[in-house]
Amino acid sequence: MSESTSESATTAPKHGGHGAAAHAPAHGAHDAHGHGGPHLAHHFDTYQQQFDAGKLGIWLFLLTEVLFFSGLFCAYTVYRGMHPEVFVYAHYFLNTAMGAINTCVLLISSLTAAWAVRNAQLAQRKLLVLNITITILCACTFMVVKFFEYEHKFHDGLLPGPAFHPTEQVWELETFKHKHPEAAEYAEKLTKAAEAKDKAKAGPKLAADASGAAETMVFERPTEEQLEPLIKAGVIGPAAEDQTRPSRPRNAHVFFSIYFFMTGLHGIHVLGGIGVFIWLLLRANKGEFGPKYFGPIDYAALYWHLVDLIWIYLFPLLYLIH
Amino acid sequence: MASPSATADVVAPRSSGSDNYLTHDKGVLSWIFTLDHKRIGVMYLCSVLTAFALGGFFALLVRTELLTPGHTIMDHDTYNQMFTLHGAIMVFLVIIPGIPAALGNIIMPLQLGAKDVAFPRMNLASYHLWIVGALFMLSSLAINAVDTGWTFYTPYSTTTSTAVVPAAFGAFILGFSSIFTGLNFIVTMHKMRPPGMNWFRLPLFCWALYSTALIQVLATPVIGITLLMMIIERTVHIGIFDPTLGGDPVLFQHFFWFYSHPAVYIMIVPAFGVIGEIIPVFSRKRIFGYKFIAISSLAIAFLGFLVWGHHMFVSGQSVLAGTIFSAITFLIAIPTAIKVFNWITTMYKGVIHLDTPMLYALAFLWVFTIGGLTGVFLAVMSVDVHLHDTYFVVAHFHYVMMGGAITAFMGGLHYWWPKFTGKMYPEKAGRIGATLVFLGLNVTFFPQFILGSRGMPRRYYNYLPEFQPLHVLSTLGAYTLGLGFLLTAFYLFKSLKNGKTAPANPWGGATLEWQCSSPPPYYNFHKAPVISAGPYDGYENLMYDEAIGGYIPRKSPSST
Repeated sequence: MSESTSESATTAPKHGGHGAAAHAPAHGAHDAHGHGGPHLAHHFDTYQQQFDAGKLGIWLFLLTEVLFFSGLFCAYTVYRGMHPEVFVYAHYFLNTAMGAINTCVLLISSLTAAWAVRNAQLAQRKLLVLNITITILCACTFMVVKFFEYEHKFHDGLLPGPAFHPTEQVWELETFKHKHPEAAEYAEKLTKAAEAKDKAKAGPKLAADASGAAETMVFERPTEEQLEPLIKAGVIGPAAEDQTRPSRPRNAHVFFSIYFFMTGLHGIHVLGGIGVFIWLLLRANKGEFGPKYFGPIDYAALYWHLVDLIWIYLFPLLYLIH
Repeated sequence: MASPSATADVVAPRSSGSDNYLTHDKGVLSWIFTLDHKRIGVMYLCSVLTAFALGGFFALLVRTELLTPGHTIMDHDTYNQMFTLHGAIMVFLVIIPGIPAALGNIIMPLQLGAKDVAFPRMNLASYHLWIVGALFMLSSLAINAVDTGWTFYTPYSTTTSTAVVPAAFGAFILGFSSIFTGLNFIVTMHKMRPPGMNWFRLPLFCWALYSTALIQVLATPVIGITLLMMIIERTVHIGIFDPTLGGDPVLFQHFFWFYSHPAVYIMIVPAFGVIGEIIPVFSRKRIFGYKFIAISSLAIAFLGFLVWGHHMFVSGQSVLAGTIFSAITFLIAIPTAIKVFNWITTMYKGVIHLDTPMLYALAFLWVFTIGGLTGVFLAVMSVDVHLHDTYFVVAHFHYVMMGGAITAFMGGLHYWWPKFTGKMYPEKAGRIGATLVFLGLNVTFFPQFILGSRGMPRRYYNYLPEFQPLHVLSTLGAYTLGLGFLLTAFYLFKSLKNGKTAPANPWGGATLEWQCSSPPPYYNFHKAPVISAGPYDGYENLMYDEAIGGYIPRKSPSST
């Protein structure tokens, strides 16, 4: 296992210190009761053995977590390979600033979680409590930001499946206009032209004034800057839902399925982490942790690093698509 | 283990009447919330056997229905539900937890010389999750039983009107139960070994459980997320698997088999472990090729991850991918054959005792070899195109799962029965039961090879009249099997009350579990055993004692 790497990250300075005293008694003392200390389970002989078992256990657990998420990353890869335009289209709807803030918040919380391990090893009770508190606050901040992001998506009809009814067209978005002003304008023109055509069909009277304008617009030869972003996002071209006017790629909703599934599952893990750290905060406040017994803090911190790491992957995969 | 330093405890095995794990605490709650690995194992065993009876009942219904073409005792929709329930119960509730979580929980820490598994609370949680998962799965039965087959293939599973969600959610929860057991066992074997117990002194049962645990930890999360996606696809229509929403149903098959092929090895590798324990003891001979058997378990676990595509030869997978999957599948025959050859060589020139566990082990060798070799047929792409989804496949995996995993489970159950119940079962009845099971098994499933190769599709309710004789034969075999298991259940139950008191070592085993009393004391070992020899060394240092009906250490010549 990559035990050594985490050890160097979290416990390097005190390596060996935590179990030195407990290491001494021979393994043979298998008597059932009254050995070790208050936090040594009966079936372990030493604190060192208990800590090592826990550490291996948490690493295996993290491995299962990685594999649990791997199915979603796989689905992401397959769908992006099959329908790249859906991802280009949908990423304009995501708020990169909020995603970036959340990334920073999680990175800070990972630092405080790692620091907390050291505090526990050095029996710095006050600092330990402080660092766990900061970790919890960061996690809560993450969830609050996430809540606003979700709320926004709900409001704009950006939901998976049949609930997908976006209220805005992609070229009307600030994010799109900012990056591709010509393309946004061109899409606008095309839409107007198509509307004019509809009117022409509806009534010949109206058509007389509209048709002239529409035709002049459509027959202008579009530049690459105008076309390229629209085709890539599936607004026009073979992947588009509607071939008569600028629209959106077919099955664009699947991006939001993947988005909500991945960030939702990640969010549940953040909530789980908050629960664990609150429990540890209560125990730390009672002074349960010290150089001999700091395993739970270490394991929780490792878990927290993984939750952080998954987000580090989710952020570019969902928010920073090009 | 007749190693001199360890025998000190054994010379005077405490009588089973005194404090042991069964009598240590009293009351139902002391069982439900126990942290003792032996009690958790016993609870697992009772639950698994109950599920086995239920799954077997559904199997008999399915076989009865197939006595005649068309309607015999149920309509076609009910038939679909019955075979789905049979499959799902047998796979998720019986075979996967059967040997590791039930027998393994009881025996593995004893064999290791540990006081308990590394995480007793997680062990208990695993059992509680099993119960919750089983309830979910069976609740589907009460609502509108699932009819997708145990594979939950999309798009049918996301469109059928039956209760897929509770069944799939049950399987999701059972997956976590399985992960907890696997994780626990890996850590236990890494960190809880007493002094002297190095890796190559681990009994082969432990090696097999270790390999199994690796698969459980690495593969099961994938089925977890897959079932979750399927459930959400069904309820929210997220379009990952549903082609009408832009999804890919074959992706489900990839995900499903990425777990479920390794899961096949979760089912069979522990069975190898049981056989590796029984054969040397009942041949009175050191196991042949210990290291090869031990490492081949790991090889199977590793290769098992690379072959899932052989379930999908006809699903539109590219021919190149099919060829690679096919070639790797052939490779699995190598470590498997290594095991079989080593077991046979162990028996060569041994003193073979045909007690019930050994009968099951011998039956295993026969039946598993047939099951394994027909697997090679199915790994050949051109042959598989013909045999895919026929009774040939049904016969193949029943030879492996029923003939392999369940036979070994029965062997292990009889082998360790005296250890964890403290009672002997009637040997004669045991032999009759084993023979009935062996005969029933072959009569049930051998005709299915013929049916399949002639084109009888699996999961069909109706069939052509010319298939009827073989179907009738198969059904008669199923009844024989049922009879064999009923007899076994009857005498095992009876032995709990009237059975002879079991000695500490009734078979002359040399592994550590035979050194503590039967049933074992609450903390397994009063003093940590010190191990100075391998698990199959020193049968010559044991002698049979008529008075107690078991084996005791021979007094060393120097002391007399």
